[in-house]
Amino acid sequence: MSTQTATPEAPPPVQMLNVQVDGVWMQFPKGTRLIEACSQANKFVPRYCYHPKLSSPGNCRMCLVEMGMPRMTPDRQPELGPDGRPLINWIPRPQISCAQDVAEGMAVRTDSPMVQEARKGVMEFLLINHPLDCPICDQAGECRLQEFSVEYGNAKSRFLDHKVKKPKNVVLGPRVTLDDERCILCSRCVRFMKEVAHDDVLGFTERGSHNTLSCYPGKQLDSNYSLNTVDICPVGALTSTDFRFKMRVWFLQETKSFCTSCATGCNTTISARQGVVYRQTPRENNDVNEVWMCDHGRLNFHYLHSPERLTAGPIVKVLAQDEDEPTWSSAIAKAASALKTYRGEQIALIASGRNTNEELYLLSRLARTLGCTQYDIIPHIDLGDEILLSEDRNPNTAGARLLGLTGETPGANLKGIAEGVRSGKIRALLVFGEDATQAGLSEADLKKLDLLIVANLLPDATTKVADFIFPSAGFAEKRGSMINKKGRLQRLNRAIEPPGHARDDWEIVRDLILACGGGNGVHSIEDVFRQMAADTPALAGLSLSKIGDLGVPLQLS
Amino acid sequence: MIFANVDREGYTPDIECYLRHGGYEDLRKATTMEPDAIVNDVKASGLRGRGGAGFPCGVKWGFIRRGGPKPTYLICNADESEPGTFKDRYIIHQDPHQLIEGMVISSFALDVHLAYIYIRGEFPEGARILERAIAEAKEKGFLGKNILGTGFDLEIYVHRGAGAYICGEETGLIESLEGKRAYPRIKPPYFPAVLGLYQCPTIVNNVETLCHVKHIVQMGGAEYAKLGRPNNTGTRILCVSGDVQRPGYFEVEVGSLTMGEVINDLCGGLKPGRKLKAIIPGGSSAKVLRADERYKVKEKAEDGSMVDKEIGIEEIRMDFDTLAAVGSMAGSGGVIVMDDTRDMVWTLNNLNEFYAHESCGQCTPCREGSLWMRKITDRILAGGGTEQDPDTLKSVADNIAGKTICAFGEACSWPTQSFVIKFREEFASRSTKPLPLPTPPEFLADRLSEEPTKALTTGSHH
Repeated sequence: MSTQTATPEAPPPVQMLNVQVDGVWMQFPKGTRLIEACSQANKFVPRYCYHPKLSSPGNCRMCLVEMGMPRMTPDRQPELGPDGRPLINWIPRPQISCAQDVAEGMAVRTDSPMVQEARKGVMEFLLINHPLDCPICDQAGECRLQEFSVEYGNAKSRFLDHKVKKPKNVVLGPRVTLDDERCILCSRCVRFMKEVAHDDVLGFTERGSHNTLSCYPGKQLDSNYSLNTVDICPVGALTSTDFRFKMRVWFLQETKSFCTSCATGCNTTISARQGVVYRQTPRENNDVNEVWMCDHGRLNFHYLHSPERLTAGPIVKVLAQDEDEPTWSSAIAKAASALKTYRGEQIALIASGRNTNEELYLLSRLARTLGCTQYDIIPHIDLGDEILLSEDRNPNTAGARLLGLTGETPGANLKGIAEGVRSGKIRALLVFGEDATQAGLSEADLKKLDLLIVANLLPDATTKVADFIFPSAGFAEKRGSMINKKGRLQRLNRAIEPPGHARDDWEIVRDLILACGGGNGVHSIEDVFRQMAADTPALAGLSLSKIGDLGVPLQLS
Repeated sequence: MIFANVDREGYTPDIECYLRHGGYEDLRKATTMEPDAIVNDVKASGLRGRGGAGFPCGVKWGFIRRGGPKPTYLICNADESEPGTFKDRYIIHQDPHQLIEGMVISSFALDVHLAYIYIRGEFPEGARILERAIAEAKEKGFLGKNILGTGFDLEIYVHRGAGAYICGEETGLIESLEGKRAYPRIKPPYFPAVLGLYQCPTIVNNVETLCHVKHIVQMGGAEYAKLGRPNNTGTRILCVSGDVQRPGYFEVEVGSLTMGEVINDLCGGLKPGRKLKAIIPGGSSAKVLRADERYKVKEKAEDGSMVDKEIGIEEIRMDFDTLAAVGSMAGSGGVIVMDDTRDMVWTLNNLNEFYAHESCGQCTPCREGSLWMRKITDRILAGGGTEQDPDTLKSVADNIAGKTICAFGEACSWPTQSFVIKFREEFASRSTKPLPLPTPPEFLADRLSEEPTKALTTGSHH
């Protein structure tokens, strides 16, 4: 999917077709869907069932437009009007715009009386059996039914009879809850599960107005991609069991980010309010994740708000009797003076493939300052799939490799470090964002160390025996960049502040470098990136702002 | 012709009987012909589809290109389920080999080697008879490998539906045959002749249509075209039901009879003392014709010019073009006669019930509209009609027609449109109450659950 390699021969010229949109002749490349052509012409056509990444069933009938083709003379030539353009034969009944491509001479009216009447009719039909529970519906505020009601619907209902009753609160799977009465039967979820998730478990039962979305008997919607059905549901029928009834969506502040749960780096939107992340949803990036993400990554943010979270400020285990509670500067100074008592070969560093490039770059500088030559990251490997989930659960293995914190085989140095700790050759260990007991070291091994410095979010076996604990920031709480498995440099943005006294990791490392007598010139994350880019050919010419919302492909050797 | 052997004394559906009566002779003749010549004969015959739409069969066949990279399939649509229609079942029950012969000839002409008979689930006996007939035909070499020594192979399989009207819609039928829910496909792009069964070119023809092919081969297309009237050729089977003395099925030359002749000469007239009120001329989906209305048609004068003429209902000629000209359709040939004892609101409600039950629910207007129309006529019948109901009914139907994936949208809205327009006074007189106060149904749900329509109206007086 990488775009950096330019093909030597020019691509074949795209045939441009003349299409009339609301009276204006325009050109579109051959193969453009009519509904997309209308959008490109700034004539948005409302739709429910159509989704650009799925097949087009044409079932909602919301995208009906008036369509025509050139009027032909007996010898099959288009008849031309005084303006030299073809005269149009308008089809007397409205046509769906989602299932056909533009054609030469095609004409479309997106807002004629015929179209307005058709849309009004469809809107009325969709609403007669729809429950009026918008006040408690999770979709409210981002509901296409609400939006198009305002734009194309009737203010008054003519429906005097009883609405169709259907199942409510249906547990479709471990993460998705369905309200069948809200469902408008657009079949987006059915098609997604079949065409993208390759787990064809959804379908319709019953007939006519009683049609009901359900799972095949004996199956459940438990795919690792199930929550995408909630994203593409245009109404409040499919809801995330995790998110439902938690927050009105219009209060949520959205931050563009990407998922740090594996090396794919699906682009995301983090939705938060007042320091709390409520949900993570995929953001379109056709070079990475199209518009999807897996449930595992999507829901992997709750640990940010764990009650166990290290928020109370730095912890220094060995304090003199009369010493005050440490501040960040006193703790850093103490840690640095302790570190300085060891020779380089007595110090080891365990970094993380979850660290940002900026953090990893500074860590490598810290290692250099200390003369430390034994460092690596801890690989995290689990089952992947053919869709998005990578077996490399570290989001930034490529970054760690590029910045020299690990080699071709991540974790290759861990064995040597563990042996060094056990034999007593290594006296001091720095651990950033990892639990060292996952690197072949036991708690007892760690106790043998003179000095153990840890920066992390949550307490674990390593923090239990550490001498210094620096509470650090999670992926939604900081800025920085990572490189995904395809070599794409992507940017994290801060959605919420780190809780309590927790601090951005890069600042912790920068202060340690300073306190250990290393160089300076780093006042902001932009400065870190600038220095890193100057030292790293693959990042030459880049800056954090140049990464943009969609990332940039790197040329990695 | 088609019904020559139906109800014939001593005629049995086995192959021996069929052969004694000249069976499979037309297949022998066909196999000596060039396939294209058969197609041309069908074109020349002017045969129009007998399933309901009346699409010219030769034109449909003309979409098929022989020797393409994909196989071509032939499907016989035996999902006869249009209310008022009961012709195909008699062919299947009493003369199944006529159909099989028609299918073998059609397959030979279209280079088809695999054909299906999609028969509705409610015809279990018909399915058994067809299975037996297919086995007999195979044994005698009229089916299977190397048919009649020509090197032409054909297998026919019977597939039973599971009981849904929509399976008679040709693309819904194809989906069903593929093992899926019978949701009709969007056209474009899924025209069966191009992207049909398993995305291969496919011809779907009605039972009666395929039987006609056998007779076209026998007579020659030009000779066949002399039957009936120009553009309305051949014979067709009328299924007459309702308020006539002798309802039943009658094979007539297309357009040879008027509506009056059908009622009076074929069916023994109306019941004593009754007056004709309305006729649905082509199956339940066809628009109703009112008996006391005058209809404008164009007729060919002596000098060959077309002249406008105003006629009464009994003078309407039973052919495709005339019925279309008076605002209805010949459809599937199901003629439903109603006399003055019939309540038009009840009648429409009966039809609405059918369509609300049979809507597949794939696309919005038909799914929601068909049930809404039924609910309104339900309520009017129960005495809860409001002044707005006739207009609402009509406008709901208008919002369905022409906006759906398949022709079911028209099928379910045409009855409502035509009944409400033509019998406006009957609907208006039953829909006199002012609009009810907007009582939230859920507020009264428990009280209303037994008899919702009544409770709604008692709460509505003000």
